Amino acid sequence: MADFIQLLVAGLATGGIYALVAIGFTLLWQTSQTINFAQGEFVMLPAFFMLGAMSVLGLPFWGAVVVGILVAALVLGVLFKRLVVDPMLHHGVLPLAIATMALSLFLKEAVKDFYSAEAQPFPPLAADVNVSFLGAAVSLQSLIVVAIAIGAVVALQLFLNNTQTGRRMQATAQNPTVARILGIPVERMILLAFVINAVLAALASALVTPIYLAKFSNGEYLGIAAFIAAIVGGFNQVRGAILGGLLLGVVDNFAAAYLSAQYRAAIPLVLLIVVILFRPQGLLGRVEERTV
Amino acid sequence: MSRARILLGSATGLIIVAGLIAAPFGLKPYGIYILTLWAVTAIAAIGLNLTLGYAGQISLAQGAFVGIGAYAAALLTTHGWPLGAAYVVAALACFAIGWLLGYPALRVQHHYLAFVTLAFSTLIYLVLRNEEWITGGIYGISNIPRPSLFGYLLRSPRDFYYFCLANLALVSLAAWWLIRSPWGRAFVALRENPVRALSLGVDTRRYTLMAFALGAALGGISGVLYAPLVQYIDPTPFSLLLSLNLLLMVIVGGSGYFFGPFVGAVVAVLLPEWLQSADRLYDALGPLSDVMRFVLPPDALKYVAKHYLVAYAIFVMVLLVFRPSGIIGFFQRRFTRRKPDTPPAAPVTQAKVA
Amino acid sequence: MKKTLIAAALATVFAGSALAQSGPVKFAFIGELSGAGAVSSTNFRDGALMAIDEINAKGGILGRKIELKQYDTQTNPGTARSQMQKAIDEEPYVILGPIFSGIVKVSMMLAQQAEIPQIMGGEASDLTQQGNAYLFRTSFGQQVSMPKIANYMRDSVKAKNVAIVWVNNDFGKGGRDNFTKEMNARGIKIVADLSTESGQTDFAADVVKAKAANAEAIFVYLNEEESARFLREARKQGIAVPLIGETTLLGQKVIDLAGDAANGARGHVGLSADIPVPAVAEFKNKFNARFKYVPDHNGIKGYTGVYAAAYATTKLGKFDSKALAKSLHGMTISPKDEPGILLETTWDDKGDIDRISYIAEVVDGKQKITSELPKLGK
Repeated sequence: MADFIQLLVAGLATGGIYALVAIGFTLLWQTSQTINFAQGEFVMLPAFFMLGAMSVLGLPFWGAVVVGILVAALVLGVLFKRLVVDPMLHHGVLPLAIATMALSLFLKEAVKDFYSAEAQPFPPLAADVNVSFLGAAVSLQSLIVVAIAIGAVVALQLFLNNTQTGRRMQATAQNPTVARILGIPVERMILLAFVINAVLAALASALVTPIYLAKFSNGEYLGIAAFIAAIVGGFNQVRGAILGGLLLGVVDNFAAAYLSAQYRAAIPLVLLIVVILFRPQGLLGRVEERTV
Repeated sequence: MSRARILLGSATGLIIVAGLIAAPFGLKPYGIYILTLWAVTAIAAIGLNLTLGYAGQISLAQGAFVGIGAYAAALLTTHGWPLGAAYVVAALACFAIGWLLGYPALRVQHHYLAFVTLAFSTLIYLVLRNEEWITGGIYGISNIPRPSLFGYLLRSPRDFYYFCLANLALVSLAAWWLIRSPWGRAFVALRENPVRALSLGVDTRRYTLMAFALGAALGGISGVLYAPLVQYIDPTPFSLLLSLNLLLMVIVGGSGYFFGPFVGAVVAVLLPEWLQSADRLYDALGPLSDVMRFVLPPDALKYVAKHYLVAYAIFVMVLLVFRPSGIIGFFQRRFTRRKPDTPPAAPVTQAKVA
Repeated sequence: MKKTLIAAALATVFAGSALAQSGPVKFAFIGELSGAGAVSSTNFRDGALMAIDEINAKGGILGRKIELKQYDTQTNPGTARSQMQKAIDEEPYVILGPIFSGIVKVSMMLAQQAEIPQIMGGEASDLTQQGNAYLFRTSFGQQVSMPKIANYMRDSVKAKNVAIVWVNNDFGKGGRDNFTKEMNARGIKIVADLSTESGQTDFAADVVKAKAANAEAIFVYLNEEESARFLREARKQGIAVPLIGETTLLGQKVIDLAGDAANGARGHVGLSADIPVPAVAEFKNKFNARFKYVPDHNGIKGYTGVYAAAYATTKLGKFDSKALAKSLHGMTISPKDEPGILLETTWDDKGDIDRISYIAEVVDGKQKITSELPKLGK
């Protein structure tokens, strides 16, 4: 039983990160049909902004986190939208998806060439303390990760449902043409989605880097994991991304412990195929209209 | 298309083909090797262009089919079978698996299909790595022999290059014929408007599966050539990355254009190599370099060579930002006023939330 | 026109051969500068660069400066073969690298055909078993290091059953297979055989299983970063049995990353920048000062590889790739004769090396050497 709890909690902590990154995926998809293959690198990079803020500007850790998030919002939110997404928005999903693939290579190689190939230590958010929980040892850090991830998601939901801007964003996602007629500044709403995505990614970056270490290749698996989480949960639903993320983290751990370690990466994929075949809109997703 | 344009087109084509045939005489083994790699990769990209560019089905599994073909060739030829046997096995196996993998396409379309093929691609990688009893696992398979043709061993880089080039030519001709056949027109009808295609009596079920299976079979053939080219394979090159890279070739070259994959493979296979050697440009240019030095300082080239993957990524991004329909798409639109024979894929997905 | 062309061609040919004995001597580095192998290969390359600059500052080899050309395999066999071909087309005197064993496998045949010595970083046991007379290691192959670990397991840890946690890439799988063989030969039972992924971050499941297996010791064979994560998780779940490993478990980098959780880890250290030899410590400081990071054992491999080639060439008194390969077989280089070799090293007829190594333990956040294992040939 203790083992079960152990695996569950560890899985939830990892899954919380996947969820944070997956939410951004769904936001971009809903508002602009962007499939961002550089999403993993969007999590890898802000940690380097934060390290830079500490070493160059001499900021304390929390100050550096704030600066890192702001720079990410600007670079990975606004600039990304303006320079890469905008020119390609009306040319279909694929050219943009490929451009983000190139962007992912660019970010990885640039960090490796101009910063370092070596993994850089990153200060932890909390002291390395373990808490005993139903017989399982749980690190405080994992609990904080889960708490912040869930907190961020709840805040986002509240924002989307209970503020005027949030509802305008939803309207934009559902039908940009009608939204425009209703006088909603659609462009600004889409931009906002990109900024939120960048902020969530930067937040995830601050949460995972103490465990992952700051390294140029961090995004490789994270991006794919978040992608799978988004699909399993429902590509067009923020709530779905959370479920997908948490499920993926937990399933991965249980698969490694109880099924096959060599095929641990396969189990989430099988789950993915099953979900797509029997519930293509995702566990919590809504059915999408087909274009005819 | 006016007569002058046809002439211009054929002349360009002839020059390129003549260049490809003459190339080995001016190149060192390295140059011949990367040209061979280009030809082998282009075959897989042509396959994906059939599936994606003409029939409009997004596949992220083309790299896995290359892997299946490569392993079939490696296993058979290291056990004494001729490469011909590997051809048959790989093409049939990939056709069959592609056909089966097409079934989800009937249930779910558009991006969901991409997700299924993405999962398939990673599963194949895991099988290649974990099932050591058959694939050699992470140790890979060494000493893959070069094939013989009519009793003549194609051992030298030049001989094997011509062999691969001939394969590329055959595949290209077959694809050219297919696109102009009723099948090809059915593929395009399917991409443009599946419902109308169905109402016009196109058996969309069969053609969707066929588009998948044919593309997959070409992926397999590419793999059959890849194994004896590199002469050693392990699972790493056949990860999801290869599938994504092939997708990049099709899009960058121009999805749905016949010559798109050829150009796309130049960008993905040859361009990084060229960029990595950018600092040697002036060695090659001779006297001309004295003039060029003023325009482009050698230090800039050294910088590009050192960070060649960064330069490559920037090139691809800039290219797509300015020419989203790919290189061939751009030229076709520019030089022919009329619409290309097969217009580039319209936005493949247009999700509207209900 | 034709005549001038031929004349020009002839001129270059002769100029080329004249240059060959006077201009800089070409070394080729071919390695995983991007992709999964980037960290190891950057270390190797920087080590080699440092050695080359030192040698050049002292006037080069036999009066000729060394020029290093670099080729990136992208950790991809297809690219590796093209880069090896490219390197060979440019007729280098010596080839350094690659580092990953799979990448070595795809490229070693070409160097052999071109009869150019290849001084590489791969550790898979089968690399030197194929009669390639041009391939040289810079560290122990796993067929040498695993018996040492196995003896330690039997004689010092006195474990009757062990668990093994390994990373599922060519490094980890090769180690795991050799280790399993050595365990079987010594009658020690493997009660849990746990494969993990390269780049894995969450080791909860693996630690749970290792714990449940009730092994008397756990052999941890992962890359450095994963080792640190495993150590933390093991500490968290309260694993009390000894954690045994190689250089990748006991290095300073792992200790820095794992913190207190590294204490108590022990095992065999083949090659490491942390071993208590003044020359190695000095190398580490110089490296750190120049490249702003702490080298791992791959940095030493690149550094000593260059010095080995330089020393053997000086002994030969001429630049002859074929003769160099021949003379390296059976050669012993001692720091007395060439300080750059750092540790006395002998190459056997297969290109495998023999060196001293150490048994170490992590105590209070520092690697402490508990005993020294002499060279096998002594």
